[in-house]
Amino acid sequence: MTFFTDAAAFLPVLLNGLQVSAILTLLSLLFGLPLAGVLAFGIMSKNRVARLIAIAIVEVGRGAPALVLLQLMYFGLPDVGITLSALASATVALTWTTAAYCAEYLRGGLSAVPAGEIEGSQALGMTTADTLRYIIIPQGWRIALPSLMGFAVILFQATSLAYTVTVQEMMSQAYSLGASTFKYLTVFVLAGLLYAVISIPATWLSVLLEKRMARHL
Amino acid sequence: MLLTVLAGIPLTISVTAVALVIGTIGSLPLLFGILSGNRLVWLIARGIIDLCRGIPIVVWMFILFYGVTIGGTKLSAFGAAVLGLGIVSAAYLAEIFRGAISSVAAGQYEAARALGMTPRAVWGDIVGPQAWRVAIPGYTTYGIGLLKDSSIASTIGVAEMVFRSNSYARTTGEGITVFLVAAAIYVIVSVPVGVLSRKADEKLSAVVAR
Repeated sequence: MTFFTDAAAFLPVLLNGLQVSAILTLLSLLFGLPLAGVLAFGIMSKNRVARLIAIAIVEVGRGAPALVLLQLMYFGLPDVGITLSALASATVALTWTTAAYCAEYLRGGLSAVPAGEIEGSQALGMTTADTLRYIIIPQGWRIALPSLMGFAVILFQATSLAYTVTVQEMMSQAYSLGASTFKYLTVFVLAGLLYAVISIPATWLSVLLEKRMARHL
Repeated sequence: MLLTVLAGIPLTISVTAVALVIGTIGSLPLLFGILSGNRLVWLIARGIIDLCRGIPIVVWMFILFYGVTIGGTKLSAFGAAVLGLGIVSAAYLAEIFRGAISSVAAGQYEAARALGMTPRAVWGDIVGPQAWRVAIPGYTTYGIGLLKDSSIASTIGVAEMVFRSNSYARTTGEGITVFLVAAAIYVIVSVPVGVLSRKADEKLSAVVAR
């Protein structure tokens, strides 16, 4: 029974941390998704320079572990005179990861729009801007949506790494509770369950969405 | 400085490799579970997979490293790291293998059964090889992801690349180059593995009929 009494005492502190985890997730999506859109068009651009820059940003963002980017922003940026708060540097790092992964999902979605639709809109005399605005983007982002949701779940889990750069999110709260009470098992199991309670239904939702989309496409 | 980071590579690779072996072996019972016709077995396997994936890797490592004692002894940092990564990998790999098996046309299975092949031969000679070919790209992509996730082992003190970069940054107060080097190594290692997997895929698709 001690698990439950301990858990009841730990829960409010962990929930405070969970708020920070959620804020970090939302901020990274807020900045990362628009950037991902820009990068997706950059990768598909005919301009060589733009394409190479976009590919480099995406490859580093996907190739380097989120943990390395987090520490690069927190321990590295002060060396070049940029000192950010813990939350800000974690947001920058995870925004990069988000932008890189989501750029690939969006690019995949946009290029999955059937060529006949684009040829059709050109034959109808639509401008390139209108083709993008009314034909390619509305369909492309819907194709990418399930992958984007799946990524959001992974991003939420990745915020647990932000404790290494002293962001006061759930893992850091769990760690200090563990260090002060020595009830490591209880507190980490509880933290793990809190992550699971959010991640698992969110994953189901993205799978459900994928099935529903498959019906229409 | 470069040497400091490079010295972490053997542990980065061994954490990844051992975790991949644990994950692959662990995925098999889960795979049989979600392919099972028995509703209860399916539900249990499904539940385990969801729970394993629902908890972040760093939390698994902390539970195993700080929370678990077996017969009075704690797990080593290396043990907790590979086990934590292995648990999560088993769940993801089971899903990858399940997807591959369900991509093999049902007619292949039915024809093999109709020819009177034993279940062992059906799985070993008919469904298995075709499914494995489909699974290879997903399996290698997961392996590359695991290489990056092995960096999380630094949080419990496994002296792999990120751990060494981190201590270098702390002692010299010079963080930007060391982490850029570490990032570059991960990117450099990831690319050839991806190329190799595409090569293997091409070679296999030439041998195995679609």
